[in-house]
Amino acid sequence: MNRVYLDYNATTPVEPAVLDALLPYFSEEFGNAASIHTPGQQARAAAETAREQVAALIGARPQEIVFTSGGTESDNHAVFGVVGQAFLPVSSSRNADSFPHIITTAIEHEAVLNVCQALEKSGVRVTYLATDRAGQIDLDELQRDIRPETVLITIMHANNELGTVQPLEEIGRIAKDRDIYFHTDAVQSAGKVAIEVTPLGADLLSLSAHKFYGPKGIGALYIRSGTPLRQLLYGGHHQRGFRPGTENVAGIVGLGKAAEIARASLAADARRVSSLRDKLEQGLLARVPHARVNGSAAPRTPNTTNLVFPGLEGEALLIALDLKGLACSTGAACSSGAVEPSHVLTAIGLPPEEARASLRFSLGRGTTEQEIDFALQVVPAAVEQLRELSPTYPKVVEAR
Amino acid sequence: MRGALLVRMTTITQFDTLPERAEIQRGLVAVAMSGGVDSSTVPALLQEQGRPVVGLTMQLWNQRRLPELQGDGPAQHRCCSLDDVYDAKAVAQHLKFPHYVVNFEAQFEERVVRPFVNQYLSGRTPIACTNCNTDVKFEPLLRMARQIGAERLATGHYARIRKNDVTGRWELLRARDESRDQSYFLWGLSQEQLSRSEFPLGELTKEEVRAVARRAQLPVAEKPESMELCFVPNGNYVQFIQAYSRESGISLHGSEGEIVTETGEIIGRHNGVHEFTIGQRKGLGFAVGKPLYVLSIDQKQNRVVVGDDASLRTTTFEIEDVNWVSCGTPEVPLLAFAKIRHKHEPAAATIEPLGMNRARLTFDAPQRAITPGQAAVFYDGDRVLGGGWIR
Repeated sequence: MNRVYLDYNATTPVEPAVLDALLPYFSEEFGNAASIHTPGQQARAAAETAREQVAALIGARPQEIVFTSGGTESDNHAVFGVVGQAFLPVSSSRNADSFPHIITTAIEHEAVLNVCQALEKSGVRVTYLATDRAGQIDLDELQRDIRPETVLITIMHANNELGTVQPLEEIGRIAKDRDIYFHTDAVQSAGKVAIEVTPLGADLLSLSAHKFYGPKGIGALYIRSGTPLRQLLYGGHHQRGFRPGTENVAGIVGLGKAAEIARASLAADARRVSSLRDKLEQGLLARVPHARVNGSAAPRTPNTTNLVFPGLEGEALLIALDLKGLACSTGAACSSGAVEPSHVLTAIGLPPEEARASLRFSLGRGTTEQEIDFALQVVPAAVEQLRELSPTYPKVVEAR
Repeated sequence: MRGALLVRMTTITQFDTLPERAEIQRGLVAVAMSGGVDSSTVPALLQEQGRPVVGLTMQLWNQRRLPELQGDGPAQHRCCSLDDVYDAKAVAQHLKFPHYVVNFEAQFEERVVRPFVNQYLSGRTPIACTNCNTDVKFEPLLRMARQIGAERLATGHYARIRKNDVTGRWELLRARDESRDQSYFLWGLSQEQLSRSEFPLGELTKEEVRAVARRAQLPVAEKPESMELCFVPNGNYVQFIQAYSRESGISLHGSEGEIVTETGEIIGRHNGVHEFTIGQRKGLGFAVGKPLYVLSIDQKQNRVVVGDDASLRTTTFEIEDVNWVSCGTPEVPLLAFAKIRHKHEPAAATIEPLGMNRARLTFDAPQRAITPGQAAVFYDGDRVLGGGWIR
């Protein structure tokens, strides 16, 4: 079957040039980057080149980049790291008012949300900022929620489900003014939109290689120099002892190369992909009655569109489309693989039945005009087929 | 009543000469896969017939809910456990067909779990599997199967469906292997549901199913069977009802009441009518000279009435939500063999339609422990004529 992949926010294929760059580091240049001898030094040199490439992608300095196993570890490291630094040393002698406080949003990725929830169980206070229908937080509300105990603001750059981008510069300025550390999960924006950590005001930033044509299982955490962070893992002296574990040199090289390519092609990619995305979005809005775009009123990453098709179950639509050869996504999958209601769509104010009727299409470097034409053919047909058998669709029609 | 027009529907057996199976349609078949050996064998059989299949496994219940019911270690060998989902996926990967896990937790709770708990709390003894079949598997799941492009839904039930070309009706029949027959749980299916369903195991014995599974080298071919109610750990439904009620904010305090004899003599106390079912002997919490059984449950007075075995036997009762499966609603009382619980030997009875989907059922000879909440299902030979809930 001819398959069309419109789920680049889930993961991307490894770019051939990235694969070429990293393959030698499995068998030929297999040295341990921590070894003193020449093979070790060669691996070290490759890893350091990659560190420079990653730093260049986000306007950081190489020594501010720590390699991790991916976005989830980077997020864990940032949040646990800042809070642990503020919390653990004196936790036994604390009274309730002096527990550290985190500000985040209701639409974060689970890699941040579930860390916050875990910390709440040990007494840390967390504010989950609401967002408007476009997934934007209210900056005044952020200001009001800051307390003397606030140690961290963690707010994602681009949302994985909607593609909407938060006003990080303003948030960064507020954090700096109030002397609070600021982390951003940039997993969905890195490589898609330009990022400069200094104007953004970010002290910590997470990114992941496989979202921009690098391999899975490798990512990075940017840590602004001078940001005190409790380490997450303990072990050997790798990465200054701060993130121990023998370095995944092949993965690191792949991440570096992917960062280099992303930086060079970012503007051209964005132009091309956003015009295809707009064609898909406009086409679907024109062909599917009652369809709407979720989060359309905010700036978005160029590749993402999230649409609601009222009067059907997104889960069934996703399966129907997959059986026709079109891969896209809905909500989040739970451990069994079943679809769970999206906390993001609920948080931006969609009623549960509309949250369940939403689908995300995310495009990428490999997406072609023909693929978009294919999607514009099969999606409206599948929606119509589902609605014919849907007990809720007649109510949707009636309500309009 | 016996003097009324009696229609003993014996002529029906002529349809046994009809083709065994409805004509096989070309096109995609969705298979409801629990991860057990039975439903895993279904796609293997369909593939042997050269038919394209897609597997659907329902996520019905979050096993992490009601943590007080969790024993040591992960839930195993229960439906909805992750192990079973992975088993279904492994079968699909082995046989190389697409497979999806679909989330029906909300529907399952609304249509199966909550009614199950409410029925027990009102002194009845429900059958969750029948609700699950009628209101989940052959309702939203079947609809989803059709929405994704499948013509029919196949399941691992031991029962048979065939089209009666004379009456034009879809008929539900017992499984060929009577010891495996599950038709008792399927009486609620409508003509529309039957026309879109297939039970490929209906002609096979359990051993033959295992043999197919082994021949197809299914990873679950030797998996032990699970007979439990899938959402109730260890079959302890009393504990489940307590935990679920607590989670839903339903207080069971004050549910204690009296245990009385038929003559109204108070001989003990109970902790709630949900702990009792008609015919139950154990767990009455006291010993008297002769064996005592639960005869009836009086929810209004919150009383459990007990008596001796002879008093358990009754002849006539009413049923509601009657569904006539293989024939239309008869206009006159009908003679058939009726089953009042899954393991009951069918007994001769007269079923008299009362209107409003109700009927009165009268056995020729008294039957033991006719239990409100269970189903009465009436058969003519192998055919399921219909069924209804015992009031």
